[in-house]
Amino acid sequence: MNFMRAAAAILQRDIRRLLRRRGQWTQPLMFFVMVVVLFPFALGSGEITASIVPAVVWTAMLLATTLSLEEIFRSDFDDGSLDQLALSPHPLPLLLLAKAIAHWLTALLPLILMAGALARALNLAPTPLWTLLVTLLLGTPVFSLVGTLASALTIGLRGGALLLALIVMPLYIPVLIFGAGAVNNAALGLPTSGEMFFLAGLAVLAATLAPFAAAAGLRSRLS
Amino acid sequence: MFASWHKYASLMHFHALSQRVSPWCFGLSAVLFAAGLIGGLGLAPTDYQQGESFRIIYVHVPSAWLSMFAYIVMATAGALSLIWKVKLGEVIARACAPLGASFTALALVTGALWGKPMWGTWWAWDARLTSELLLLFLYLGYIALQAAIDDRRAAARAGAVLALVGVVNIPIIHYSVEWWSTLHQPATITKLGAPSIATSMLIPLLLMAFASQVFFFAVLLVRTRCEILEFERHTQWVKALVGRSSMPTVIA
Repeated sequence: MNFMRAAAAILQRDIRRLLRRRGQWTQPLMFFVMVVVLFPFALGSGEITASIVPAVVWTAMLLATTLSLEEIFRSDFDDGSLDQLALSPHPLPLLLLAKAIAHWLTALLPLILMAGALARALNLAPTPLWTLLVTLLLGTPVFSLVGTLASALTIGLRGGALLLALIVMPLYIPVLIFGAGAVNNAALGLPTSGEMFFLAGLAVLAATLAPFAAAAGLRSRLS
Repeated sequence: MFASWHKYASLMHFHALSQRVSPWCFGLSAVLFAAGLIGGLGLAPTDYQQGESFRIIYVHVPSAWLSMFAYIVMATAGALSLIWKVKLGEVIARACAPLGASFTALALVTGALWGKPMWGTWWAWDARLTSELLLLFLYLGYIALQAAIDDRRAAARAGAVLALVGVVNIPIIHYSVEWWSTLHQPATITKLGAPSIATSMLIPLLLMAFASQVFFFAVLLVRTRCEILEFERHTQWVKALVGRSSMPTVIA
């Protein structure tokens, strides 16, 4: 299982690299907190009602994720190791899956923990709070996987970050709908299993298809 | 037969074919548009609920259909270029995107114009409206990606991947939006008209739909021709062709 070892090595390397460069995972975190904090100011009264907390948290999560996507390939592209990755004998989709997992673990997992703390601070009741955490755990892998694909398509382009956001946001909307919808339902005491199943289905679909599309996209940018 | 198809996959032969076919398409669409407009604006009876304003259906519905059809054409052409490296696919996909985006925008604008007298609002967060808006965003993302990549062949490959991802996503977006709007605001979904439509209203609608379809192909052929000339601008045949014609500015 040579290629599994290669994927594990990439996972390990990406995690180590992101942890060493502290800005890469702390900056999305700070951005996330700031976006959430903007809402009380914009709403005027300084008081966020519990009914808009899911919308605020999910929107801030989407924006913070979008900003973190460019880093998935940036330094690998700059120092040429991305070319080596594409030239390696191991299946590229698997290696890109490892990169997506590394992105999720380093960029999005801290955001999820912070989202839980922030939602509690904004007076979200315990039941919807747990629903929020579960939907974030189910939904954010889709963000990483689809984001890896979009990031691969925009490697090394002028104005890449903005273009990346334009491309990726419409693709994120289903996750946003079901994620925030489940939390809203939980707050009203309604069942949430439908949204949960849908989110899980989207995660499975993204995990199976997105790495292949990302590989095709990456090859189109490198050749 | 296969050999002759191969011939038209070559850009030069397709350019010649398109020059011969597109005037016929324009002519046919003009005749159909005339018939459809006479039928739709003149002969079709006034709707008993919506009055005269229902007549915008003759622009709105064909453009909404075409907005989706154009995406399918774009993605199919993209798949051809990605899988079999057909250059014609690259050119058609690139020519198709602004057309599809225009029809999507037209469907949204006519929908808003129709919505104001009927629903009392320009916009409602109804499932169909929202997924049409997201379709426009998908088109705009594709166009922005094409514009950002200088090398045409690389742009075509990246665009093809994005278009195919969009094809997988369109049903997901559509059904998730439907789910979302039925959960949140069932009251705003105002079903327009009865499920069945009178024959005298339906025939002009079909004529207009067919006319728009033919018009779409005609404009697509012209746009494709322009893309071909830009794509092949360094080849002998384009230089010879442009040297002959009086419009060298096309490939400036």
